[in-house]
Order: sequence, then structure tokens, then C-alpha cells
Amino acid sequence: MIWSEVETWSREQIEEVQLERLKNIVKYVYEKCAPYRKKMDETGIKPEDVQTLDDIRKLPFTTKQDMRDNYPFDLFCVPKKDLLRIHASSGTTGKPTVVGYTQKDLDTWAECVARLAVAGGATAEDTSQICFGYGMFTGALGLHKGLEKIGSAIIPSSSGNTKKQLLYMHDFESTLLVATPSYALRIAEVAQEIGLDPKKDLKIKTAVLGSELMTEGMRQEMRNAWGDDLRVTQNYGLSEVMGPGVSGECLELNGMHINEDHFLVEIIDPKTGEVLPPGEKGEVVITTLTKEAIPLIRYRTRDISALHYEPCKCGRTTARMDNISGRTDDMMKIRGVNVFPGQIEEVLLNTDICGPHYEIVLTRKNHTDAIEINVEVAPDKMTDSYQELKNSEQEIKEKLRTVLGLAAKVNLVSPNSIQRFEGKAKRIIDKRGEEQ
Amino acid sequence: MLIKQVSVFIENKPGRLLAITKVLTDNGINIVSISLSDTSEYGLLRLIVSDPEGARLVLMENGFSAMLTDVLAVRLPNGIGKLQEMLQVITEKEQSIEYMYILATGGGNDSMILKSSDPVHAAKALKEGGFELYSPEEAYHIA
Repeated sequence: MIWSEVETWSREQIEEVQLERLKNIVKYVYEKCAPYRKKMDETGIKPEDVQTLDDIRKLPFTTKQDMRDNYPFDLFCVPKKDLLRIHASSGTTGKPTVVGYTQKDLDTWAECVARLAVAGGATAEDTSQICFGYGMFTGALGLHKGLEKIGSAIIPSSSGNTKKQLLYMHDFESTLLVATPSYALRIAEVAQEIGLDPKKDLKIKTAVLGSELMTEGMRQEMRNAWGDDLRVTQNYGLSEVMGPGVSGECLELNGMHINEDHFLVEIIDPKTGEVLPPGEKGEVVITTLTKEAIPLIRYRTRDISALHYEPCKCGRTTARMDNISGRTDDMMKIRGVNVFPGQIEEVLLNTDICGPHYEIVLTRKNHTDAIEINVEVAPDKMTDSYQELKNSEQEIKEKLRTVLGLAAKVNLVSPNSIQRFEGKAKRIIDKRGEEQ
Repeated sequence: MLIKQVSVFIENKPGRLLAITKVLTDNGINIVSISLSDTSEYGLLRLIVSDPEGARLVLMENGFSAMLTDVLAVRLPNGIGKLQEMLQVITEKEQSIEYMYILATGGGNDSMILKSSDPVHAAKALKEGGFELYSPEEAYHIA
């Protein structure tokens, strides 16, 4: 099912609407927002200079630093009385980034999430359990309002207290799960521990996952845990531009369909800032075309993806972005080699012995980086043979060397010995600052 | 005549073996025999216990990777050449032994726990060669 006819517009229709909205939003921020005006004046750009979609390249980028510098409300384009909601990101480094929503922004948000939820298989019949943390984080309320819009019943169970989650899931017969991929796997693990078989004893048929990247290996783990017929999709967004709702996978699993009438997405070379052609991997840059409270022009997300414009078998004509393969700042530079955690995860999940839980430890000895990977032996993939354990360890090392071009130390560890996360998993422990 | 051995993945860290024995004790499971070698980072703890399936379940519930493996418990009189005789039988039938350890009885008749590549054939060969095998019930409850 397709939620909105906008998702099937021709390329000409999409671009016509995008251009009109781009011109409007550039004029709007220039008039309403002093920091944008200052930046554009410094670059020598006036709103009238934007006459084609490609003219967006003349505009300066906006970064997370701009949001911090204008903390809390200086990037806002509406008076505070027009706001209906304020969210903020956790801000692990420095101040949180603050975003606001007008009534129109909240309506757009629900519309965008409704589209991706339907694309992922959600219907009005679903009972949706939202296991994202509620609060300042945009994920939970974003999915909540979008799923409500399509008519699904919502169980706002939030994250944490996994046994209680399972009680609701079982007794209220939840059919749709919203969580991070790692928490969705954790819920299945706890279900097993308390004697529930997620495939037989629970009714989850659809998983709409987000807020951290899911590799194909992880998607397979999801099906192994929840049943082969589970519909698992992931979606994408970030609180700065709205929250979830920028894009999401359809059941063809062919990349994430972008809500192009609200977001103009570019891919750039993160080093040079140059726009890359379709199909090439680079940093995702997003311009919000319709936001009122805090529009962002060419916001650098630091997420890595590529764009595709061929229409999808599902019937949607919107551009698709590849599932995020990493972040420009998650990128680890190890002995001069660029490494993304996703590459390591793919290797681990394609071996005979490993479960989905791992951590990457970076150390530095004698000025040389060392990478060590701790990975749990999956309880159901246990072997009684030292030879098989050694072979698996060797296989992982060799595959890592092929994929990364680096030698890594691999440690097989017991199940449940690596810390679990209810939100985004923190898989990299960088101890290179504490040189030994 | 095959008996079930419990194999547990164990990291080489202080307290891991203790954690496993505590789970078994708390669940009233007796360890009849044990094998563990010195390896660098991790090892396989192999146990003959009073209730193999029960032990596997409680270990899994407590977060250990555990599985059951078919092995043989061969009665081996205490005397010169007895082990050699047993190996002779196995070798003649072209069976390979993956590992062995002692099932202690405290009496004059000790037994050997033996994991071979094909436990069913090895069991047949040993019986034809005049060796006595413990039944599961006997092996799990040796006093």
C-alpha cells in the first residue's frame, strides 16, 4: 500500500515542487533568521540567486556547530509563542541541539512517518509497541504520531524494563514493533530467557526499526529471532531536520524512499564539499523544504549514503538513499585506513559462531594503533570442538583482513558478557588516548 | 549406550568456572566427571553430570553457551595394558578419537570418557572387543 499519491509523482512534478519550495525557504530564512542572513551575505548570495535546483550548491552548508553557536533559539524563524513542541538531542559533547515545531511542522512530521510506516507494512489493524525512549528524543513521539495517523493502536511502552515490555507485547498482542535494531534483538533474547518463543508466543509481524544503522546481517538475525516471515524495515531521520520521517524502506528492501516534497537530499564528498553524482557514496546533506520553526539549509548530517533515482518495484517514484553505511565521525582511522563499524559487523554476522553482540576496542602501543574485536559466541551456535572454535576465529581474522586491509585481534567471549544498550549501541571503545 | 556430555564455552577469566559450578549447585546437579585444559583465552569445559539436559538449560538461562555431545563411557579395569587394548579395538575399526578423559569411580574400576568421530560405530566396536560400556543412568549417578 502507498500512503500518499505524492510518492508516485513523476520526476518533473517532484522537481517542480522542490524548486518552488526551495526558493521560498531560502527567502524565508534570509528574511527571518539573522545567522542565515549573515552567512549568505558573507558568501555574497541573495535569495534571488537560487533559480534552479542546482543553484542550491551556491548556498553555504549548515553544521551541528551552527546549532550549538545559536543555542538555544537563534536559528528559529518563528516567535516562541508559535511553537507547539521542543525536542533536544542528548548532546554527549557540549550543549544539546534544540529543535522546535509549529502546528504545520507537527502535521508534516506525522505525514512523513505515516508514509514510511505504511511502506514498511504498517496498517490500521496493527497494535504498535513503541520501544524507543520517550522524552527529549524525537524517535518515540515521531513514530507515535505517524502510526496514530494511519489508525494503528499505540502502546507507548518506551525503552527499558524489557520483561515488562514482553508482558505488554504478549498480553496486548502487539503486532508491530518499533525499536532500535539492537534493542529489538535484545527483546528477543530476554523473551527466550523467560521462556517465551518470539516466533510462537508473540504476535509481532512487522518491525519498523530506526535510530541506528541496521546491516543486512542484523536484518537476518532479526528474522532468525522473530520468524522468517517478519517484515523488517528501517527508516532514517535525525532530530536536527525533524526526527524520523526523512526516508524509509519499502518491503522491496531497495533503499530508503525519501520524502522529497519535504526534504531535498544531496550527497557530497565530505572533504571537498563537492556534490557527488547518483550512486556515489558520500555525506548526506539535507535541506528542509517546508519547515517553519527551524528550517535547515544544506545541513551536513555526517551520515554516509548514496542516492538512486530509478523507480522502485513497489510503485514509488521517490529517490532512494542506501541504508546508512556509517558516519563520517564514526569512521575510525586505524593505521591510516578508514574503517566503519558496519564493515566489521557484516563480517562477524556472516560466520558460523558469532551472535550480533560485539565491541571494537582501539588501543595504541608504541605509537601504533591496534584493533581488537570482542564478539560473543552465539548460544545456539556453540560447538564442542576446539578445532572449530579456532577455525572460526581464523576465518573472522582473514575476512577482516580482506575487508579492512588490517590485521585485527579477535576474542571470542561468553554470551551476555558484552554490555547491552536500550538505545543506540556504543560499540567502539577508543583507548588510543591512554597510550600504553 | 551413548551418554550425554555437557560442553560449556568458558572464557579464561577469574571466577568463570566458579560461576558455572554455582549454577549447577544451585540447581541440585551433581558433577560426576570434569575435563578442562589450559588454553590461552578460552576453553571448553566438559562435564558428565547427574542431569545433562537440565544442566544445559540452567546454564543457557544463566548466559553460558552450553551444548550436549554424545560420548562413550568405557569400563576400564585398572591394570597394565588395558588402555592399550581399548585403543587397539578402536584403531582396528578405523575410528578416530577426538578426546578422552577419566570418569573416576573411586573404586578399582575406572572408566574412560571417549569422544570419537562416530560414537555409534565406536560403541559397537568396543562391545565386540569385549569392553563394557556404562549406560547413561549408570554414568550419571556413579557414587
